[in-house]
Parts: sequence; structure tokens; C-alpha cells
Amino acid sequence: MEEKKLAIIATKGSLDWAYPPFILASTAAALGYETQVFFTFYGLQLLKKKLSLEVTPLGNPGMPMPMGMDKWFPVLGTALPGMQALMTAMMKQKMKKKGVASVEELRDLCQEADVKLIACQMTVDLFDMDSAEFIDGIDYAGAAAFFEFAGESDICLYI
Amino acid sequence: MSDFDQELDASGLNCPLPILRAKKTLASLSAGQVLHIIATDPGSVKDFDAFSKQTGNELLESREEGGKFHFLIKKA
Repeated sequence: MEEKKLAIIATKGSLDWAYPPFILASTAAALGYETQVFFTFYGLQLLKKKLSLEVTPLGNPGMPMPMGMDKWFPVLGTALPGMQALMTAMMKQKMKKKGVASVEELRDLCQEADVKLIACQMTVDLFDMDSAEFIDGIDYAGAAAFFEFAGESDICLYI
Repeated sequence: MSDFDQELDASGLNCPLPILRAKKTLASLSAGQVLHIIATDPGSVKDFDAFSKQTGNELLESREEGGKFHFLIKKA
């Protein structure tokens, strides 16, 4: 069977948006795809050694809230201090209860399966990030390097 | 229930963990050996079917018993 290729661009740095790139990349690797994920802008948060990802109800009308709060709770209320931390804690608890893997676990599985994780060098410089903050085993590259792989890919996703 | 060489209990795990664990366990088997996977994720029924089609590891059996899903996969 000829090896297929999957290229993903991960641009978001919140807890909920951390899942699609890592779930798809690890699953693709298990199915025999050669996989690369290019992390740019806020997506770089997903490569930090110590993840502090949160999920916010603010400006997110699709987010299910406890006690039907999404139906009656005023939109402004979602901006209250502590709301984001509370929703993040609840989301993590729910995920654990339902047997959903942690982001760290999925990321480890990606690395074990030889998924190539690439940090956007430009964004690293832009935000004055230190490569010591990031996990080991990742590459640093630019847009042209991404296209070298993406141009040959069977599936290319922007997340 | 047919014979199998190894068993993997993925009960309580959600997508994509049953597939990832199965892939890892299959890697430790030799060609022709059979892996028995137990899962509780209802999505795993279609996922193991798709996994088998895409990786060439034959899905010998897929059935539900006592609220759990059982799969037999033969390593290609």
C-alpha cells in the first residue's frame, strides 16, 4: 500500500481547538499516513512543554453550558472574572469522565507515531518565544518548507 | 468466539484511543496473529471497519455483546 500524506496547519491555542489537529494527526499516523503538523500563531501554544490551555464561553454561542445557562445566562456574564477558569475546569473534568485523552497524551502519541511537528519560526520570533519552552523533537521552519510537504499531500487541513 | 493471540481492553476509552492502542498492540504481533479488542465507544464499530480497510489488517469479526463491542483483527 502506497503511503498517503496528511498536512495540517494548526492555528488555534485553546483547549477545545487543541484536539482536532492531534486527534487527526495521531489517527492518520495509525492508518499509515505520513503526517506533518505546522503550528503557527496561537497554535504554537500546543507545543509548549507545560500546557496551560483554556476554553472560553466568551463569544462562543455553541458552547454547551451547565444548568442550561447557554439559554438564559446573559452574554456579558460569560466575560465575568473566573468564568473561563471555571469552564476550563468543567471541560477537563467532563473529558476525563468520558475517557477522552488529554492533549498531552495525544501529543505524545503523535510523536511516538513519527508525526512531524513543526513550529513556525516567524511566529516564534514575533512573540519572542524561547525554544526552551517547547517540547523536544520538533522542527522549526517556514512557509516554503511546509509547502514542500503539503504540495505532495493527499489531504491538507487548516485548523 | 474464534481464537485470538492477544487481547486489548479499550473499555472506557474514547475516540481515537481504541484505534491508537490497537495499532500499537498490532505492531507487537506477527503477521497472521489475531488481536481481540474490547471497546465501549459506539463509534469504534465504524472506526475499526475503516481501520481494517485502510491498513489491510483483516477484520474477522465485529459484534456487540453485553453492551460492549468486540473486534477480531488479523495482522496482515
